[in-house]
Amino acid sequence: MANLTTNFIGIKSPNPFWLASAPPTDKEYNVRRAYEAGWGGVVWKTLGSEGPPVVNVNGPRYGAIWGADRRLLGLNNIELITDRPLEVNLREIKSVKRDYKDRALIISLMVPCDEESWKAILKAIEDTEADGVELNFGCPHGMSERGMGSAVGQVPEYIEMVTRWVKQHSRMPCIVKLTPNITDVRKPAEAAKRGGADAVSLINTINSITSVNLDDFAPEPTIDGKGAHGGYCGPAVKPIALSMVSEIARGAATRGMPISGIGGVTTWRDAAEFMALGCGNVQVCTAAMTYGFKVVQEMISGLSEYMDQKGFTDTSEIVGRAVPNVTDWNQLNLNYVTKAQIDQDLCIKCGRCYAACEDTSHQAIAMSANRTFTVKDDECVACNLCIDVCPVESCITMRPLAKGEVDPRTGKTVGDYANWTTHPNNPMAQAAE
Amino acid sequence: MTHSPLTPGIAAGRLAAEVLAENFSDIAPRLEPHEARVASDRCYFCHDAPCMTACPTSIDIPLFIRQISTGTPEAAAKTIFSQNILGGMCARVCPTEQLCEEVCVREVAEGKPVEIGRLQRFATDTLMAKGVHPFVRAKATGKTVAVVGAGPAGLAAAHRLAMKGNDVVVYDARKKAGGLNEYGIASYKAPGDFAAEEVAWLLKIGGIRVETGKAIGKGLTLDGLRKDHDAVVLAIGLAGVNALRAEGEALDNVLNAVDFIADLRQEGDKARLNVGRDVVVIGGGMTAVDAAVQSKLLGAENVTIVYRRDQAQMSASDYEQEHASSVGVRIIHNAAPVKVHGNGGVAEVEFAYTESGPDGLKLKDETFRVRADQVMKAIGQTLTGTPEGLKIEGGKIAVDGAGRTSIKGVWAAGDCASGGEDLTVTAVAEGRDAAEDIHASLMGAAG
Repeated sequence: MANLTTNFIGIKSPNPFWLASAPPTDKEYNVRRAYEAGWGGVVWKTLGSEGPPVVNVNGPRYGAIWGADRRLLGLNNIELITDRPLEVNLREIKSVKRDYKDRALIISLMVPCDEESWKAILKAIEDTEADGVELNFGCPHGMSERGMGSAVGQVPEYIEMVTRWVKQHSRMPCIVKLTPNITDVRKPAEAAKRGGADAVSLINTINSITSVNLDDFAPEPTIDGKGAHGGYCGPAVKPIALSMVSEIARGAATRGMPISGIGGVTTWRDAAEFMALGCGNVQVCTAAMTYGFKVVQEMISGLSEYMDQKGFTDTSEIVGRAVPNVTDWNQLNLNYVTKAQIDQDLCIKCGRCYAACEDTSHQAIAMSANRTFTVKDDECVACNLCIDVCPVESCITMRPLAKGEVDPRTGKTVGDYANWTTHPNNPMAQAAE
Repeated sequence: MTHSPLTPGIAAGRLAAEVLAENFSDIAPRLEPHEARVASDRCYFCHDAPCMTACPTSIDIPLFIRQISTGTPEAAAKTIFSQNILGGMCARVCPTEQLCEEVCVREVAEGKPVEIGRLQRFATDTLMAKGVHPFVRAKATGKTVAVVGAGPAGLAAAHRLAMKGNDVVVYDARKKAGGLNEYGIASYKAPGDFAAEEVAWLLKIGGIRVETGKAIGKGLTLDGLRKDHDAVVLAIGLAGVNALRAEGEALDNVLNAVDFIADLRQEGDKARLNVGRDVVVIGGGMTAVDAAVQSKLLGAENVTIVYRRDQAQMSASDYEQEHASSVGVRIIHNAAPVKVHGNGGVAEVEFAYTESGPDGLKLKDETFRVRADQVMKAIGQTLTGTPEGLKIEGGKIAVDGAGRTSIKGVWAAGDCASGGEDLTVTAVAEGRDAAEDIHASLMGAAG
């Protein structure tokens, strides 16, 4: 049986599944239930400075988009950081950590962008025996209007400055949580590194309006006729998160920096994908909010099963394994030629591949009178759209042409690796050495 | 309740009122909105969809299901009604398992089709419940058309003709319009007064006058209709019932299944309906199944369908046969009636085993008897009351693809016309298409 124990920047947890800083981790009651359900770690919902707690809206704070059968695909929220008194949170954190020493407990923090505020909060949490801190530079709504959250995360210099303060005033491991609401995620990650961060975590939520009420003409969730953008998360954001994680994992200045992956992790497979792109662990929120804490059991058993089947004994064998295969477009092999092929035994004759190809692609699928669909190799550019729209898994697959085979579409023989940098059509092409 | 299933002979009220109410309630209630969303999500929106090809009225099924899934069941209903104005009834009575749902790619792939019939009902019920009629009449053409028969074919023809701006008079021999929708459907498929409500809703298009109690030979002549109108549509159905041609057929309590079914539809209080303790239904079609199932639901102790050929040749669908079996109806195949025994009233039916060979069906020597205090004949209906001079073909009024008969200016549609299966949905398609042809020819003549 695979060993799922992870050591992430010196913080040990029995598995790589942590609950992200969010509503599920707002109080002792929830966190105890989460640990009992099997979660390896918890990032306690963001604490603010001492004083009157923040207030939340009293109308709806979540919005969603759904797939078939109302399966929740994306969740949007306008909730702020914890609205409970600081001392209550601190007392509860200490109490929980005392009872669950084998689990990770990280405290998420967000205070005004001055050294005194950070110094004060770090001192306040010193006594909790928490394992580390996560700096919330990501929340895109509400707190950002007050110069915190993503307002800090969007300015690399601020990230560096605050991180440096934290490292200076605390000995705890420090994770910097990044906002995706920027143009190049490598810049804030580099800033965090310069400031001395031990790790980054990403992505926080994406600015979003999930829907517009067409009777009231107001964004949803609607508060008394008005709506503000929220933060988007859930399965729908996973591809964006994976890409951002990969940028940091392979970036020249950030390569090797520990990453805690966040963004739509719903199953063991999602987690393994984040880890393969360089994440030492993952943080989960929407899946728990949708299905309850028990989902972690599938994640644990699934990852364990996968690792056993692959012969991996430690999660570190997965971490970063796919990073060398993430490259730039100009490095892709233009002499790699594939053709779609349709398994007639699996085909249910819905004709979606035909409609998609005929109307929107390359007219490379033929339809016979008895609804048999076949690929025209001399037209197929291997775009993959037929596979993407086919309702039957593995019914349509791509067959790579072997070296020496002739591509019926171009009449050219499949040759050795060659990319755009050396292609004759590229005005910037350099002759291969 | 004074009687039970064990009461000998013919009796009413064999079951408690609440049991009867349950037995005759909606067999497949309307989907709830969430159920409809879930069911509609299963549709793949196939290219050149097989379901649409299989529908005799060519409803754009993928489109209407997508309209449901995007929260516009009213638009879905309009998609349905534009092809089939009786889409509400068809959603209830179509043998979808032999039509659209049989060829659904998910039926072929998984044995579980998209629930097209129930989705259609969800859409049509939603719109009809609002009491709005989704079509408006075109400018008046000044033409008038007589439609004889207010069943599915006649109503579909009348609606399409009226929509195109023609004035229509629909005649029907019965007291109420609706034809088999009103008189010939198992009660649990269209409970309440749905058939009448649907007719009233259809007539909202305007320009249609219904005259009941009239038929050809009963106040009307074809020549008279031709003289008074620019065109005539015959949609008179099959009013005759085939005889058993077995000795003893005239004994008491040997009745036509279609009459039994009609009585059931018209009686609001099912406890007042007579049914035997031992009922024998002879035939293999939907009428036989509907009569047998409802006999059982009324409280008959033993109900037996006897069909002269084998199971595969029964025209009732597998689904209908299974439904009959599930309520406790016994089905005997390969046996034909040779004699009805009894003294005054029927007591037993004697059947001979059959075998089919190159010369057709032959009776074997071996016979058996089934106890019966009520016998229902469901061995097919025949064309009767046809006006003189019409060419008949295979027992039906001969028509071309557009429904034109051998007499100029006279069209025929529905069960009385040649071609197509005797299904409600086929009748609607034929009525609609005849109307289109009539309108085109009337406009051509005017131009």
